[in-house]
Amino acid sequence: MTTASQRIELVCPAGSLPALKTAIDNGADCVYLGFKDATNARNFTGLNFDARQMREGVDYAHARKRKVLLALNTYPQSANWADWTAAVDRAAALGIDAVILADPGLMAYAAKTHPQLRLHLSVQGSATSYEAIAWYHERFGIQRAVLPRVLSLAQVEKVIANSPVEIEVFGFGGLCVMVEGRCALSAYATGESPNCNGACSPGKHVRWEQTPKGMETRLNGILIDRFGADERAGYPTLCKGRFEVNDETYYAIEEPTSLNTLEMLPELARVGVSAIKIEGRQRSPAYVAQVTKVWRAALDRLALDPASFQAQPAWMAELNKVSEGQSHTLGAYYRPWK
Amino acid sequence: MNAPLNTHAPATGNTMKLSLGPLLYYWPRQSVLDFYAGIADSPVDIVHLGETVCSRRHELRLDDWLEVAAMLAAAGKEAVLSSQSLIESESDLKTLRRIVGQGDFRVEANDFAAVRLLAEAGRRDWIAGPTLNVFNPHTLELLVESGASRWVVPPEMSGEVLAGLRAALPAPLEAEVFAYGRLPLAHSARCFTARHYNLQKDSCEFRCLGIADGLVLRTREGEPFLTLNGVQTQSARVHNLLGDLPALQPHAEVLRISPQGADSREIIQLFRAALDGQRSPESAFAVSAAHMPAAPCNGFWHGRPGVEQYVAM
Repeated sequence: MTTASQRIELVCPAGSLPALKTAIDNGADCVYLGFKDATNARNFTGLNFDARQMREGVDYAHARKRKVLLALNTYPQSANWADWTAAVDRAAALGIDAVILADPGLMAYAAKTHPQLRLHLSVQGSATSYEAIAWYHERFGIQRAVLPRVLSLAQVEKVIANSPVEIEVFGFGGLCVMVEGRCALSAYATGESPNCNGACSPGKHVRWEQTPKGMETRLNGILIDRFGADERAGYPTLCKGRFEVNDETYYAIEEPTSLNTLEMLPELARVGVSAIKIEGRQRSPAYVAQVTKVWRAALDRLALDPASFQAQPAWMAELNKVSEGQSHTLGAYYRPWK
Repeated sequence: MNAPLNTHAPATGNTMKLSLGPLLYYWPRQSVLDFYAGIADSPVDIVHLGETVCSRRHELRLDDWLEVAAMLAAAGKEAVLSSQSLIESESDLKTLRRIVGQGDFRVEANDFAAVRLLAEAGRRDWIAGPTLNVFNPHTLELLVESGASRWVVPPEMSGEVLAGLRAALPAPLEAEVFAYGRLPLAHSARCFTARHYNLQKDSCEFRCLGIADGLVLRTREGEPFLTLNGVQTQSARVHNLLGDLPALQPHAEVLRISPQGADSREIIQLFRAALDGQRSPESAFAVSAAHMPAAPCNGFWHGRPGVEQYVAM
């Protein structure tokens, strides 16, 4: 277990080389990224790194003593298994500081083939208890686990107190309402899933349509939401649409909102969180710059004077500007959200 | 990759076993007991028991489930205790340790916490549940090494991917395919039933009790899309592979029927009749329509969006 005085690592998203450099320049301790294919959970058009960009990114980060984590966090199948193991090999050759994996078979491959390569358990592994985390640690020697966004702060504390490895939690960004790795909603609607294709509600299935009833957003033909002239139409992530239940129309699963735990930073430090992850590899370098800058300032302030730490209104305002729906929530960390 | 046909499949359909999945809804105690009393003389081979969705549900406690399991075992069924899919609290782990600690019944592991505890206990007879995300033979072999002796295919996996996986296994392993019922698609820490009634989960007033088949969520065009079942989200449509039995049979040893609607016994009988050749799959599928609470779908099996009802030409 870590102590409050221990420095919390800031782990920032890099969906592109400019985003990576921006994250580093604004104070990220680590960046996480993925290859341009289905081996990672943000497999979106125009996003991610080819071999040359990744080489440059790793060199840029290492020259500044920062770390690069590579997400290989989707589930390979028999037919494409070799693509995933090749990705692990490339990560090892590139000098990546850790690979973030979800599939046990792939972890076994990585541990056996590249024993020096540091392994992190991805949020897509759905490990929500110290017993589950211990299994991955004992079998594959994982050194860190990223917790799904489902536990209350007290539950996170319990996991950390009993876990043999470092714990990373999500601090800011788009909010998965479902247990990561256990959601087939996108597969049900579109045939493409985070688990196997690295995509949720993928853009190629999205249709925006101005109709007499308003702007309609559809996913593979399924109406996800409809917006009036006075409303800002959001992207049709299928768990964040408005639906009818018992004749009541509302955000039945979740509103378009972002997770923001900045106010809880002293508590996260107290319970011994090792690293805080910022979501958003699909977002722009401007988003990465803004969010990284605020979180760097907050973490530095916390380290300097933990007793009097308070989330400053200016920080919160900056973060709200880039939040989905311009609003934020503490998510499951705060029990009433559940 | 072209999926080779599995060579370990039974020669005839009638060796295929039928299983009843865990009851995913929250029914009053007496309704549950009556339901399983009715299952005792139905032509199902395996019955999964226990609360897998929400730890707050308590109409039956573990001791009650053990009694139901003993009753079904006495009636010649294989009774299996299914573990909770989302483990959040110390009390969830306590329940899990009790399930693993009993030696009378096999356990279905629906989370890696269960996998670790079962492996640690030296159990060699457990079942790798559908939420473990087994998508390739390497992961499945690791679970076999840890003591798994059957696995439940993730519902989103297609028949072709399943065939490829099985062909790559060094030794055959019983596979169970989700063949009937609303698809369990996602789990959350949030209770969507409580949210619908403007309640928090911790003070949910157990509103899901008695909503026999969950709350249907419709699009703003009135099209049924999903089903809210507490912290679980299911499809609104009923996944039904009765019409796909000929293609399915070489790739599974067990077919899972998820308790759904008031007619689980009738659905079990239709599957048995189709497997035994007393009814054609087409006719069994047609008859099943009268017993389904919603329209059918089978897209996942065909490698398509799960919501589709796909008819191969």
